[in-house]
Amino acid sequence: MTTTSRSTTATTRGEARRQATADSKYKPKDGLLLEVDDLFVEFHTDDGVAKAINGVSFDLYQGETLAILGESGSGKSVTAQAIMGILDVPPARVPHGQVRYCGHDLLTMPEEERRKTRGPEISIVFQDALSSLNPVFPVGWQIAEMFRQHRGMNKSDALDRAVKLMQRVQIPAAKERVKAYPHQFSGGMRQRIMIAMAIALDPAVLIADEPTTALDVTVQAQIMALLQELQEERQMGLILITHDLGVVADVADKIAVMYAGRIVERSDVYDLYRAPAHPYTKGLLESIPRLDQKGQNLAAIGGLPPNLMRIPSGCAFNPRCRYAQDICTTDRPELREVIPGREAACHFSEEVLNG
Amino acid sequence: MTEATTIAVGAETGTTQATEGGARSLASDAWRQLKKNPIFWVSVVLILIFVVMAAVPQLFTQTDPAEAILKNARERPNANAWFGRDIQGYDIYARTVYGARASILVGVFATLSTVVIGALLGVIAGFYGGWGDTLISRITDVFLAIPLLLGGILFMASFPNTVDSPYMVVVGKVVLALGLLGWPSIARLMRSSVLQVKPNDYVQAARALGASPLRIIRSHILPNAMAPVIVVSTINLGVYISVEATLSFLGIGLTPPAISWGVSISDALVALRTTPHILLFPSLFLSLTVLAFIMLGDAVRDAFDPKTR
Amino acid sequence: MAEAILTATDLVKHYPIRGGVLRRTVGHVKAVDGVSFELYKGETLGIVGESGCGKSTLGRLLMRLEEPTSGSVVFDGVDMYKQRGRAMRKLRRDIQIVFQDPYTSLNPRKTVGDIVGEPFDIHPDVVPRQGRRKKVQELLDLVGLNPEHINRYPHQFSGGQRQRIGIARGIALNPKVLICDEPVSALDVSVQAQVVNLMEKLQDELGLSYIFIAHDLSVVRHISDRVGVMYLGKMAELGDEDQVYSRPTHPYTQALLSAVPVPDPTLREKREQIVLTGDVPSPANPPSGCRFHTRCFKAQERCSVDVPELIHRPDGVSAHLSACHFASPREIIETIDVSEVGQPTA
Repeated sequence: MTTTSRSTTATTRGEARRQATADSKYKPKDGLLLEVDDLFVEFHTDDGVAKAINGVSFDLYQGETLAILGESGSGKSVTAQAIMGILDVPPARVPHGQVRYCGHDLLTMPEEERRKTRGPEISIVFQDALSSLNPVFPVGWQIAEMFRQHRGMNKSDALDRAVKLMQRVQIPAAKERVKAYPHQFSGGMRQRIMIAMAIALDPAVLIADEPTTALDVTVQAQIMALLQELQEERQMGLILITHDLGVVADVADKIAVMYAGRIVERSDVYDLYRAPAHPYTKGLLESIPRLDQKGQNLAAIGGLPPNLMRIPSGCAFNPRCRYAQDICTTDRPELREVIPGREAACHFSEEVLNG
Repeated sequence: MTEATTIAVGAETGTTQATEGGARSLASDAWRQLKKNPIFWVSVVLILIFVVMAAVPQLFTQTDPAEAILKNARERPNANAWFGRDIQGYDIYARTVYGARASILVGVFATLSTVVIGALLGVIAGFYGGWGDTLISRITDVFLAIPLLLGGILFMASFPNTVDSPYMVVVGKVVLALGLLGWPSIARLMRSSVLQVKPNDYVQAARALGASPLRIIRSHILPNAMAPVIVVSTINLGVYISVEATLSFLGIGLTPPAISWGVSISDALVALRTTPHILLFPSLFLSLTVLAFIMLGDAVRDAFDPKTR
Repeated sequence: MAEAILTATDLVKHYPIRGGVLRRTVGHVKAVDGVSFELYKGETLGIVGESGCGKSTLGRLLMRLEEPTSGSVVFDGVDMYKQRGRAMRKLRRDIQIVFQDPYTSLNPRKTVGDIVGEPFDIHPDVVPRQGRRKKVQELLDLVGLNPEHINRYPHQFSGGQRQRIGIARGIALNPKVLICDEPVSALDVSVQAQVVNLMEKLQDELGLSYIFIAHDLSVVRHISDRVGVMYLGKMAELGDEDQVYSRPTHPYTQALLSAVPVPDPTLREKREQIVLTGDVPSPANPPSGCRFHTRCFKAQERCSVDVPELIHRPDGVSAHLSACHFASPREIIETIDVSEVGQPTA
């Protein structure tokens, strides 16, 4: 009903988080919240071993939005699950790597302690709210459970907090609807409920795994705006996992592009769109139709995403790459800094940058 | 496999490279899965043994099961009579071998008739919907309310056998009883299976091409809806065998001189305390047969279900 | 001026809602509530809208996979809903459909050859039996698949390849019109462009007319000549691609366009966002008068009473169909024409 540019809520900027940080034993040094260090994840199945993540490293600071961009099979969702510790450990295995939260390695932490970080420190929002919410409990009860479990609150206090949270995420008539069930809400509303549950305990890191993929575009805009508001208000680190280049352009500060379980390009958002340094990123940007252009020629990337049990030797992207040469089938390019502040894993980044 | 595994392995596990294996239908994938399952092989071996036993009992024993040697009655297992003799002097091994026939006949034919009737009605109800569905479903509900065993007893009591009722007539009556009481659960299962398959786009695509209902049912719906029915029917086979044994045990199924495991078990009760071996062997065979079919049904269900791979 | 190959007039589809013990009808879901449009020969008409707008139901009505509550479709001079039996079956050769979900649109128990060959079994006079296998291989080749894979099963192919199989099935009988119901929505981004390019190529080579139903406004803009925007079962706006995207006159279209994120971070602060409050009303209980008035930033009293007609309304340069009492053009996105600029091709 109103036209508005991106808005911020000023009142409780950082306060909620500061309170939580004062109590918790995890304190970010220089604002560095999360460090993923050379992470490897494999899945052992009857048909073979799928190498889902092959050496991924990145950092996340307070108040910043990191977008992990990739398609199916790139490993982006598995990364999120590895950070949260919700992978099924057989068949998944983490043969190498560390995930340090405020300096503490989550992967080697005892399960009991790790469980305590889910919710108050790191939280996640999934794509499909309908299957993530329990259909037999009212939504208010589910949100309140966060308070009852982690903070030991009694039922009525927890429910009050739940109502306040529902109001914060702009669910109309929250007091009445707190007793309603998930199926009685629309997709966008359910997603807001998931977000409410995720931020209930003031986490420092929020991971959003394809939060708007299943939603209509007008609802998507509302949800992304809400996430940004909440992030600024609480100075959370937001990891946004998606395949949507439009959403990333709108919201991200830094982008890590993943392909076949590796980061192939890492850059500031403006630089990435202006001049990609990796053929895959470039291919993606050239293949999507833009709303504000007429008469485009979509330059499709040929071939298929790789089978994770048989990743091509050398650079995983080489069968589909128009810059590929012999060296690409034998030497796998490491992620290196091609110009200051921009990293890419390609032997020919300079050519790609120059178009 | 979890969602994560499926995504990580990717829909790309299938392939376009020409070097990669030939055509793999779902049936052949299921077969590969079955082959690896030891329970499958155990159940197949057992079933084969019992089926051959039912068809050609002479292969297993030369002794005449109707020959009673009274002076050796209640004999323990020995070299002449491997399972011993019962209270009337019959060779238990021979009677057990010949008893397989009744069980297998009843099991197989009862299952066939429930599947044929049930599947037909289930498909009609599920595919056409409307009044037909309502009618069939209400009839199904009524029949489902009748307990299998009790219904069987009532049926057999209403159409009693005489001493000279031919063997096949009695078997036929048991098959009829089970068929009448057993089709509703198959019909309901088939109906719900059809209802799950019908909204799939490939069925809509066939309609869009102008395919006749018969073609759609035969070509698209049945092959995709049959799996749960196959699994349940296999398990039901075992159940029907045990029902036949129960009816014969109670004296309203097969009766002497007809040979059935149920009859043997009934005869054995009298001498249970002193000569338990008379009860042991027929019960053992009965249990093994029922178990074999249940295991087969389990193995087939696991092989057909893509989620458990 | 091209002639209209398909004309839909006042299409309505209401689904009864049954309630109570006796299951009597307590209301209706008004999925499609009076939609009219024309499709011209050789063009692509895009139909966009969000969930619940009725576009998928519209697609099924056009294929007569559902019977309409009222309304008519005249296809190639023939009144579709009045045809029966053999005549209807013959009509189906000329209008086919491609579905959204590559995983449920192909029968998992049939080989690719059987799936693409089924149209010829149902309509045996199109291709003689001996020639069918060859024809199927030609079709597979035409959509970019290896004809040697004719004996493989769907689960051995990727999502994008399955979509190609579905397209091959759709064009097998050489139809005049192809209804595409969200054909690329379920595909990866890098594969979407492949399939979109394939569809454009086929349209040129085979002279097809498309009705392209989708929720992705960027893809629809790229492939369509004309575009219709649906909301709650009715057509809100209908016009040339240029008119609807560059000079939208209906407030819903304007809000929709403003909500689409563009892959260009430099436009972040410059984009004007029209934020719609609340949720889409239920199609079982649509608002009175103009369906959109409960969320509309321009709504006035008249809007809750009078249903606005879909008529030509000026848009600053010309005029195009819009259903709003207060329709006025507003530039939401600044369009750049890139057709002259050299674009790299794959």
